Amino acid sequence: MKQPPRSLCSLPPEGALSGFGRPGATDMNVLWLQSGGCGGCSMSLLCADTTDFQGHLRDGGVNLLWHPSLSMASGEEVIALLHSVLSGGTRLDALCVEGSLLRGPNGTGRFHMLAGTGLPMIHWVRELAAKAHHVLAVGSCAAWGGITAGGDNPTDACGLQYEDDRIGGLLGADFRSTSGLPVINIAGCPTHPSWVIDTLMALAADGFAADDLDPLNRPRFYADQLVHHGCTRNEYYEFKASAEKPSDLGCMMEHMGCKGTQVHADCNIRPWNGEGSCTRGGYACIACTEPGFQEPGHPFHETPKLAGIPIGLPTDMPKAWFVALASLSKSATPKRVKNNAVADHLVVKPAVRKTRLK
Amino acid sequence: MSRLLVGPFNRVEGDLEVSLDIADGRVTSAQVNATMYRGFEQILQGKAPHDALVYVPRICGICSVSQSVASARALADLGGIAMPANGQHATNLILATENLADHLTHFYLFFMPDFARPVYAAHPWHAEAVRRFAPDHGEQVRAATAARQRWLTLLGTLGGKWPHTQSVEPGGSTRAIDAAERVRLLAKVREFRGFLEHQLFAAPLEAVAALDSEAALWDWHAQDPLGGDLRFFLTLVRDLQLGTLGPGPGRYLSYGAYAQPGGGWALPGGVWRTQTGAVEVLNPRAITEDATHAWLAHAREPLHPLHGIIRPEPDKPGAYTWNKAPRLGGDVVETGAIARQLTSGMPLVRDAVARHGGTVYTRVLARLIELARVVPMMEDWLQAIRPTEAFCVPTALSDEGSGVGLSEAARGSLGHWLVVRRGRIANYQIVAPTSWNFSPRDAAGTPGALEQALVDAPVRAGEQTPVAVQHIVRSFDPCMVCTVH
Repeated sequence: MKQPPRSLCSLPPEGALSGFGRPGATDMNVLWLQSGGCGGCSMSLLCADTTDFQGHLRDGGVNLLWHPSLSMASGEEVIALLHSVLSGGTRLDALCVEGSLLRGPNGTGRFHMLAGTGLPMIHWVRELAAKAHHVLAVGSCAAWGGITAGGDNPTDACGLQYEDDRIGGLLGADFRSTSGLPVINIAGCPTHPSWVIDTLMALAADGFAADDLDPLNRPRFYADQLVHHGCTRNEYYEFKASAEKPSDLGCMMEHMGCKGTQVHADCNIRPWNGEGSCTRGGYACIACTEPGFQEPGHPFHETPKLAGIPIGLPTDMPKAWFVALASLSKSATPKRVKNNAVADHLVVKPAVRKTRLK
Repeated sequence: MSRLLVGPFNRVEGDLEVSLDIADGRVTSAQVNATMYRGFEQILQGKAPHDALVYVPRICGICSVSQSVASARALADLGGIAMPANGQHATNLILATENLADHLTHFYLFFMPDFARPVYAAHPWHAEAVRRFAPDHGEQVRAATAARQRWLTLLGTLGGKWPHTQSVEPGGSTRAIDAAERVRLLAKVREFRGFLEHQLFAAPLEAVAALDSEAALWDWHAQDPLGGDLRFFLTLVRDLQLGTLGPGPGRYLSYGAYAQPGGGWALPGGVWRTQTGAVEVLNPRAITEDATHAWLAHAREPLHPLHGIIRPEPDKPGAYTWNKAPRLGGDVVETGAIARQLTSGMPLVRDAVARHGGTVYTRVLARLIELARVVPMMEDWLQAIRPTEAFCVPTALSDEGSGVGLSEAARGSLGHWLVVRRGRIANYQIVAPTSWNFSPRDAAGTPGALEQALVDAPVRAGEQTPVAVQHIVRSFDPCMVCTVH
């Protein structure tokens, strides 16, 4: 028998919620914690495509027990909630962790102490994860370690269940939440708001199973696409008409470091902030949904090449085919595409034909 | 005397703990602890200089573009690069979109909800505060979240996405705006103007920006004390005496906001001292960081950021935070919208600060006034864009040298100092707005701005997380994740 939802963030407990809640329904209790990250996945989440963010979550059966940016509770009220979860007084259906887990210095976790508690955040995350029906890594920091694990990884940062592409992380390879699922990695830097909301709502509706995760435990609904899919620069890609400097309109794969043909995400199918994406913004995809993206081994905005050919070839494409196709298409590039590729606005417009299109 | 350890503090960005000494229902001393360390300055060592533009926005999810702009300015300084007029307008539009979104987020989501707390249930305005500002169902909180979502679609067009917008370059913006897009962006700015004029101000932006004294402000308030959310806030200011709560150090720093193509700034910077009531020219060489009370290695004396060092020392005696203590000519200063409005000559804010100092009231007022002043500037910048001209010049960075990038984030002055040797970053130092405002004590034992502002804050019987302390802390709009870069 599930308990009714209780929320420390809803202030007037009686009456005020009528009209928004679903009487009798059992909402999914979500606790959101932030550790070694920037908070950008939460800021991105608030950009969800809805005219009523708070109502949208509620209508989707999501009850935020506490969120660092969105809840009333502060200080001892929060600590009381955490203890209530640990003692079983409050049901925890989903634990969302944003930011990497800081194990340093020397395994103590002291690079992030949860304020007011005198205990490292990794302690709280381990304890709470053991009580959670689902555990979600929100963003590439919580999934793999991410940017915070860059350079020499000064804080010994890792993800909940991965360290770059190696399984393990803070909770270990064998960790399963009480639902039986591993940590769900909603990777991205930041995450797209809909990736998070769609996952939460699917979980709230009991509509999410192990088959819905890809081999890196990312939700397939966005990770089974490539950033290349729907890229508005596709004509330039087809003809290998390449951008040579920032703001050029051409394909950014050959020179500007774009990894969109290899990276798992639906950024160009499900636009960002209305009509955006990295490639639409004029800059390369840096593979932010992939483990280890923070240390590519080359400057981010330069394509590493071997004998003039990019090392990173489009996913599922044999090298010989790519080379043959590239040289053929380069030799067949229309003047319009070639000239526009190295300009920041159209210098040659598509011709208007005087006969009907056939 | 008793001691309170307050945390975790929410509705601030990142993790914050405050330690309070309390006697006779008042705070007698405060220590501010930024409880997390991430080591961005270490991570940046040895990287290609241009790669900083990938790492630094990820210092912060709420001032992400601000970090990009400061870094791009440092790289431009290193390379002697000047961006074309279109690039400067696009950069300013991107930065202003983030800064104003942050002001909106701060007021509606972070600051005002505290007045819906049950502790204020006996006040006549409380039911209205709950109706407007309760975090999960307050009518105005929800409307502001929706307005913010629409507003940030500007950045989908101008910069691909937000946060972690990669379009900001030393040579301009990678995203050229065509004539049709400019019309669409103008329409979105007008939509946001509509929200502000109907919900926040219940008045035209120009009328709010034209308020030139406290007398004019309170006359306007008296016309409709509950009309719009600014006047509702003013009603609370009067009832709760927020004009005396949380006084800062009386010295204010702004680097200048929104560089203009012909030189100069839309909001000129400098240093403002309440004592003299005049703008002094900023000397950036007078900026130092003192690590005496940080869990970080420190030199014999405070260091200028170009020579700054970063090395964690988690067992250092006497340390209590991961934040260093920035000082300007040895002085504690406050930074934020209040500083920008003072140095740029906004008469109402100058008058209010002359009467009350930097307090909960004047900090929040300055932020809202800035919303009213900057939206019309954005309309002008959009009009000034020439869609057929360049937005970006190619970037050629020197392999040897240094660069300084000073900019203004929503919450105040942000500086990046960069040293490059043999084409790689040899040193990268960041001094964030909340590094200034939430600074620890320095070697002389002088407390930082918040540490000073918390002294004398009232503590009610039985309070574990005193509500007055929460108002003061949040009035600075702190960003801890920037602080603990």
